Amino acid sequence: MEIEKTNKRTGPVIFSEYSRSEGIKKALEMGREDILFELKGSGLKGRGGAGFPTATKWMLTAAANADKKFIVCNADEGEPGTFKDRILLLEYPHLVFDGMVIAGFTIGAKTGIVYLRGEYEYMLSDLEEYLMKMHQSNLLGKNILGRQGFDFDISIRLGSGAYVCGEETALIESLEGYRGEPRNRPPYPVNTGYMGYPTVVNNVETLASVSHIVVKGGGWFKKHGTDKSTGSKLFSVSGDCNKPGVYELPWGTSVKELLEIVDAKNTKAVQVGGASGTCIPKTQFNRVLAYEDAATGGSIMIFNESRNMLKVLKNFMEFFVEESCGQCTPCRVGNTKLLEGIEKIERREFTFAHINNLKELGRTMQVASKCGLGQSSPNSFISILENFKEEIFHTDGKGQSNGKA
Amino acid sequence: MLVLEKNALSDEIESFVNQYGNDRASLLQILQAIQRKHKYVSDFAQQEVARLLNIHPVEVYSVITFYSFLCTQPKGRNIVRLCRTISCDMAGKDAVEDAVKRELGISFGETTKDKRITLEYTNCLGMCDQGPAMLVNEKVYTHLDPETAVNILNEIK
Repeated sequence: MEIEKTNKRTGPVIFSEYSRSEGIKKALEMGREDILFELKGSGLKGRGGAGFPTATKWMLTAAANADKKFIVCNADEGEPGTFKDRILLLEYPHLVFDGMVIAGFTIGAKTGIVYLRGEYEYMLSDLEEYLMKMHQSNLLGKNILGRQGFDFDISIRLGSGAYVCGEETALIESLEGYRGEPRNRPPYPVNTGYMGYPTVVNNVETLASVSHIVVKGGGWFKKHGTDKSTGSKLFSVSGDCNKPGVYELPWGTSVKELLEIVDAKNTKAVQVGGASGTCIPKTQFNRVLAYEDAATGGSIMIFNESRNMLKVLKNFMEFFVEESCGQCTPCRVGNTKLLEGIEKIERREFTFAHINNLKELGRTMQVASKCGLGQSSPNSFISILENFKEEIFHTDGKGQSNGKA
Repeated sequence: MLVLEKNALSDEIESFVNQYGNDRASLLQILQAIQRKHKYVSDFAQQEVARLLNIHPVEVYSVITFYSFLCTQPKGRNIVRLCRTISCDMAGKDAVEDAVKRELGISFGETTKDKRITLEYTNCLGMCDQGPAMLVNEKVYTHLDPETAVNILNEIK
């Protein structure tokens, strides 16, 4: 019943050896320029899913001229099927917080804020206790580890059950006490972020990777993964397999290899990247998990032959209808229209003309929506209807074939 | 609402404002504190928060209605949120859902007559590898089956 904890995780990068506060000590020895150099050399990209180069983000913020700067850790993990941040925060908080301190040192920020999703409130007391211990060891507070003038503190703020707050500008709006509605970009948070000050917003896993990179170097990190996707990734695997859980694998692992590792049988489809990702059918299982092919923030959901893909799609679209912030029309109205289309298919009242119009609407949403939610919500609609059209359209909806056997 | 109750609530909100600060950025934390204690943010509480933060009450209302964990109407003493995302669904959410509804005699979105429990759905709880999962207030329960879920609900006061 209680949450399972495993302390025997192994992996090439994130779960490799690291002793507490090692990264902070090394960072203070290295200095800002060297940290940015190693980070750039590592090729680390944002682990939330969007994949923006972390070094560029840090350099822009470090170069900005402002009285105050902020580091925000995006722990609003809400993408269906993602739970890697839960593991990092419960079992490896030192990696994440060390990464924040290193970020603060590098860009010249004195304040770090963790935006923890409301659903993870049960972690709050443990995390705060850990921060208290960091204070006692002078890893937070004034003149950290004796470095004159390096002050940094971390506070934790809770979300309140809004998926869209994982979008960095919506997250900032929420921190400022507003509705979590995404802002227009530009300006980007690196210039105009929390309270109008330059702000780095990084995913939990990105910050955890930074701690390792500082200690072991950008070259070491780059040895893992592919040319365009360096390092490794935590994959949250759920659905029809015998060994669900979090796996650290290098980028470039194929879907087929992953299915073998997690012991999945009779797999029909794999949803990569959560509800906003794409659905990969059996014929494409040789595709690889990487930013340049099947990109993901970590969510891998496996469906076996017995699953009804229309039901899966309906579940995703209901999610988006509910979680759309409602600010821009393509997303607010578009998702509702897509869901209505699915309900028509379910009742066998659809026409192909209408479905084609809806796919066109989906493509319009991908370019016309204001933020990533509406830009990516049609992905599963389009990919599931195209990849599983036989199952969905050529049958009576219950898996029975009409006409030919 | 009695004058005495109003005064007590005002004092309490004032202490939250002192704790978190009286600037706009503290609004969400103040509302979360009120929600945690009272399970909703009443009209009067909204007006008090607005007065102390020097913003229009409709701003407060607008923020509350945006977030699914905040509400303006009273709920039960315990809020139970069952994850309805596909991973939990595939792991047997429907059976848990039916059992819980039968046992409490209410549907999702409703509160028991004795105000003990409000049933709600929630989106992904991040427990997809251990589904079906549900939150009881802030506590998470995993690997549910109809019987264990009902037992958990019967134990809460």
